[in-house]
Amino acid sequence: MSGIEFILAGMLAAATPFLLAALGELVVERAGVLNLGLEGMMALGAAIGFIVVYEGGGHVAAFLAAGLVGVGLALVFAGLALGLRANQVAVGLAVGILGQGLSSLVGNSYESLTITGLPKLAFPGLSDLPVVGGMFSQDIIVWLSLIATAAIWAMFRYSRLGLILRAIGENPAAARAIGYRVTALRLGAVVFGGAMAGFAGAYAATVYTPLWADGMIAGRGWIALALVVFGIWLTGRIFFGALLFGALSLASLVAQTEGWAVPSQLLSSLPYIVTIVVLGIITSNKRLLKVNGVASLGEPFGP
Amino acid sequence: MIRLVRRDRASRRMAVAAPLLALFAAILSNLILFVAMGKDPGAVFYALLLEPFMTWSGFSEVLLKTAPLLLIAQGLAIGFRAKVFNIGAEGQFILGAIFASAIPVYFPQATGGWIWPAMLVMGAIGGALWAVVPAFWRVRLNANEILVTLMMSLIAVQLLNYLLLGPWKDPMGFNFPQSVMFQYDAMIPILFPGTRVNVSLLLAFLAALLAWIYMQRSFGCYQFLVGGLAPKAATYAGFSQSRAIWLSLLIGGFAAGLAGAAEVAGPIGQLQRSISTGYGYAAIIVAYLGGLHPLGIVASSFLMAALYIGGDNAMVSADLPVAAVRVFQGSLLVFYLAAITFVRFRLVRTGGAPA
Repeated sequence: MSGIEFILAGMLAAATPFLLAALGELVVERAGVLNLGLEGMMALGAAIGFIVVYEGGGHVAAFLAAGLVGVGLALVFAGLALGLRANQVAVGLAVGILGQGLSSLVGNSYESLTITGLPKLAFPGLSDLPVVGGMFSQDIIVWLSLIATAAIWAMFRYSRLGLILRAIGENPAAARAIGYRVTALRLGAVVFGGAMAGFAGAYAATVYTPLWADGMIAGRGWIALALVVFGIWLTGRIFFGALLFGALSLASLVAQTEGWAVPSQLLSSLPYIVTIVVLGIITSNKRLLKVNGVASLGEPFGP
Repeated sequence: MIRLVRRDRASRRMAVAAPLLALFAAILSNLILFVAMGKDPGAVFYALLLEPFMTWSGFSEVLLKTAPLLLIAQGLAIGFRAKVFNIGAEGQFILGAIFASAIPVYFPQATGGWIWPAMLVMGAIGGALWAVVPAFWRVRLNANEILVTLMMSLIAVQLLNYLLLGPWKDPMGFNFPQSVMFQYDAMIPILFPGTRVNVSLLLAFLAALLAWIYMQRSFGCYQFLVGGLAPKAATYAGFSQSRAIWLSLLIGGFAAGLAGAAEVAGPIGQLQRSISTGYGYAAIIVAYLGGLHPLGIVASSFLMAALYIGGDNAMVSADLPVAAVRVFQGSLLVFYLAAITFVRFRLVRTGGAPA
């Protein structure tokens, strides 16, 4: 298999942890809330998901459990940031640190153990194509996250719920004046984001690389946060951003196996460096951010 | 129904009580967690919270850990007060350690009293340089400093690994990822004989003092606060927001870099992978827990240092995983952020239908 084929075949799976977490955060941020605890929610989801599969509970239970702990941390965030109107940046960091700590604690006795991932489901016909065929042979979670992407895109584009979420993110006072329950809706968005982050973590630890190692999320939660900005809060752009980062992480694997004379640490830093560079390019376009950004993002709101 | 109502003025009593309430809640909830994990709560409580203060050698280790936390947190708090969120102190700390190590790595035979001060200066420069990227990105490219500082930390870890596995690996080190052991003159003088506490503790207290004077007396600090809290008003009054951002990040990087240098030139004595046990992240908690106030941070850094030492004790005597300390730290910040709400708000019971 050539490098290109390898990247094409694996890109979607590598992108899935980024994609799931970023889609959840997109909904949260569209509603006007900034949850920086993504990394910690993913880490705890990953640890719990891994443990459930390792102890014989199977992947369905693993994803449910990971989603639940993601929701649990999201509720802690919501209690402080929405209930008590605390500084969202600080609360997000706190929940992130707590989640990462809890993931190391529960995963402590599972360090370096491995499990079996999920089988690939091939798209009949398409998966036999030359070069691109591998793209059509993916596990069930990849297919489901593609459906989720389309669903969230459609929600923001066509549904009343999407419109309401955008309204409470844009101008919560006005949204409340016309009768929407801003805090309740934001709570819903944060809970959804927590579940998605939990799923993202579970995918990383039970399907994409079915093993447990402390710190295995390795900044993917933070990159997902950056992806929401790269995608200027648009579902389609976030999807392509996630694909880019999936491809990037595989490219460094390819470079390593082909024996390029590049230090492996530089290749491992590549996603972080690209994040910084792309972030600078996108955010320096203030007009773009103003048109597509969320006006009340991160601001506490209450009576 | 219970509602939050904004107080007429911030409650000073609550501001002092909040960290204590948070500590109490964190202790209680973590002990419950440890019982659920099947640990003996009494033994954990003793090892984690009392043992660090029972002996002079234990207490001196607390002082040793206080120095880097105090330095980093003072630097971060200046930015946090101006709403510049540098969460990349971990990377700035690592760069400080790397820059400082360059001297003993390239001049292992050098002697003289200039070496350790030069290492501290190098470290501070290294930390500040690592903060230049997020500052430039924020001021010129409008990019959120939270994400950029965090990414810079992840890159710093890779840079450290590269140096330790490659050019800076000790040739006599049995292939361990670590540098040569530093010569005597590359070590910071010890403050209290018989302990590992060194002069960097004094530097940390000096930093606290400077931060306090700056905050109490200076107009610059006022400009700074306004620049962060109300950029438009600040611009109108002729204060510069970009200056506040540059200064916040550079001072934060400078202090964290200094702490990193003091760590390799102090208790560790070489460059290795585990130079930081999450000081850069713990310092964020320390800064908040101290109410972002220079004097409060002295107290909170001492508390956090004791937790580190207590965590080491509990690992040995009560079989508690190291990660438990991180959970404790995280829960402490969560409870604190809940508690400080009541500095500005109070709870009111409202009868009848909610408004």
